[in-house]
Amino acid sequence: MLLFKKRNQRDQQKNLRLQSVISRFMGNPLAVLGLILFSVILLATLSVGFFLDYEQSALAFNIPQRLVPPNGTNWFGTDEMGRDEFARILFGARYTLSVGFVSTLFAVIVGGIFGAVSGYFGGITDNIIMRIMEIMMCLPSMILAIAIVVALGGSILNMVVAVGISNVPKFARIVRSSVMGVRNTEYVQAAQIIGTPFIPLLFRHILRNCMGPVIVQATLIFAMSILSISSLSFLGLGIQAPTPEWGNMLSDGKDYMRGNAYLVLAPGLAIFFSIFSLNLIGDGLRDALDPRMDI
Amino acid sequence: MVKYIGKRMASLIVVILGVILIIYLIMYLLPGDVTQFILGTNYTEEGAESLRESLGLNRPFIIQYIHYVWGLLHGDFGISYVSKMPVRVQLFSRFPNTLILVSCSMILCVALSIPMGIYSAVKPKTFLSNLIQGLGMIGIALPSFWLGLMLILLFSVKLSWLPSLGSVSLKGIILPSITLCVSFMASTMRMMRSSMLEVLNQDYIRTARAKGANFREIIYHHAMKNSMLPVITMIGMNIGSQMGGSVLTESVFSYPGVGLLLMNSIASRDTPTILGCLVLMALSIGICNLVVDILMLYIDPRLKTLIIKGIG
Repeated sequence: MLLFKKRNQRDQQKNLRLQSVISRFMGNPLAVLGLILFSVILLATLSVGFFLDYEQSALAFNIPQRLVPPNGTNWFGTDEMGRDEFARILFGARYTLSVGFVSTLFAVIVGGIFGAVSGYFGGITDNIIMRIMEIMMCLPSMILAIAIVVALGGSILNMVVAVGISNVPKFARIVRSSVMGVRNTEYVQAAQIIGTPFIPLLFRHILRNCMGPVIVQATLIFAMSILSISSLSFLGLGIQAPTPEWGNMLSDGKDYMRGNAYLVLAPGLAIFFSIFSLNLIGDGLRDALDPRMDI
Repeated sequence: MVKYIGKRMASLIVVILGVILIIYLIMYLLPGDVTQFILGTNYTEEGAESLRESLGLNRPFIIQYIHYVWGLLHGDFGISYVSKMPVRVQLFSRFPNTLILVSCSMILCVALSIPMGIYSAVKPKTFLSNLIQGLGMIGIALPSFWLGLMLILLFSVKLSWLPSLGSVSLKGIILPSITLCVSFMASTMRMMRSSMLEVLNQDYIRTARAKGANFREIIYHHAMKNSMLPVITMIGMNIGSQMGGSVLTESVFSYPGVGLLLMNSIASRDTPTILGCLVLMALSIGICNLVVDILMLYIDPRLKTLIIKGIG
């Protein structure tokens, strides 16, 4: 009974903290704007499959209708193959956003493992891992991603790895410093003394405490990954042509942009608004989670 | 002091060797048979074998790597598969162009972002400062290649003021350097602003105010010096990212720099040139970081004492 009561109390406290974070986030108009923008983009992306057929509207050629400027039926006009630009942008979001998300997840998991091991064990393990991370940081993420995509080829899986790897060091550093911060606290030592095995100790007691900065960084890195993916595709290294992807739509459209500016306007704005909204959410989360305000 | 710089240089060498190792390993994994590609229609088994022998491709990876690094020490980047010219010649004809582009955009970035950052920190909640911050938010989210396309549309297609092709001339470099610098400008501005705000809250600024020092004096003499430190570190790191970003900018504007060379050699699968471009970029970034680190010692004397005490 007592245990149950205690657990209940703990849950309540946790809820209170979460509530205060949420209310701070919701009190920030820019963050809410970002959340709304991103929700709209996400909703449009998820629901487009119910209204339009992928093969029919995003891939099938319709040459008589080519390069039609924006009008009532083709909201963003049509491209050089007569495909509806609006539909292609919505279907393109599937690729850009999902590859961006998965590559961020990849970076969080791999970086998190390296960072946690490095921060927890310290000493020579830490030294070796951090030197490797430092070397990777020395290469700008764009160059590293280009090198990996060139070597492995531009499939979707390789894009995830290429964009993800270049972000691994950032998460490794954040997790490492957070782990080092809590490693020697009393509650972790207590958990060690009562014989908590390493894995639960790490996940339940240590990593939980550094989720805040990781989530904030992940939101911002998600935005950066979207940029990297569309940059790679724009350069012709990433997701290849018939597949609608914002970056390669831009690079297709740029040949026709002198007469048909809308072909480069629309995909660019799509990239811009996704990054913009994620950045707003990330900044809002950082302000809401900032422990310095949590007194 | 000298010991610190020496130590820093030694670690730079290790880092650069590591970077080359990573790039070399990635390029080593490049699928496909190089000999088939070079020989093209003249492909025969024996020809391929002897070519592999002469290029040293049949040796173990580590030997190839050591051989490559040894060549680098002599300024030898290998020979291009496509043009049959030494990669060094190609690189050094292109590298100054990239350097000019990056420095132009760096100058633009520093000259605009620092005053803007200071202004929005010193006079928050004014219209201009809100505008600057809004522009900063937008600037960070703008994809640089898209911005480049938009600038071409506006200034060379609509207004025909500037050429759409980038070149090393006064007119040809304006659009590429604006394209390259916008996102860095936005992030530098935000850094400057937050660092300035933090410094302005410190006690010594309050003391200076209390003793009646002129407000301008406080900003430029007292606050500026301290708030510049993180900004300088960031600018140093930005030079590296700009080298990476220049690949995109150069291919949008067909600007004849290392980035465009890299893209062209990727298209023609010219491994030694790809490798050379990547190594050269990494090398210049490493050197930039070293210079910034040493510069910081002279800008911030506190670091010197830390090092002398052996903490740094």
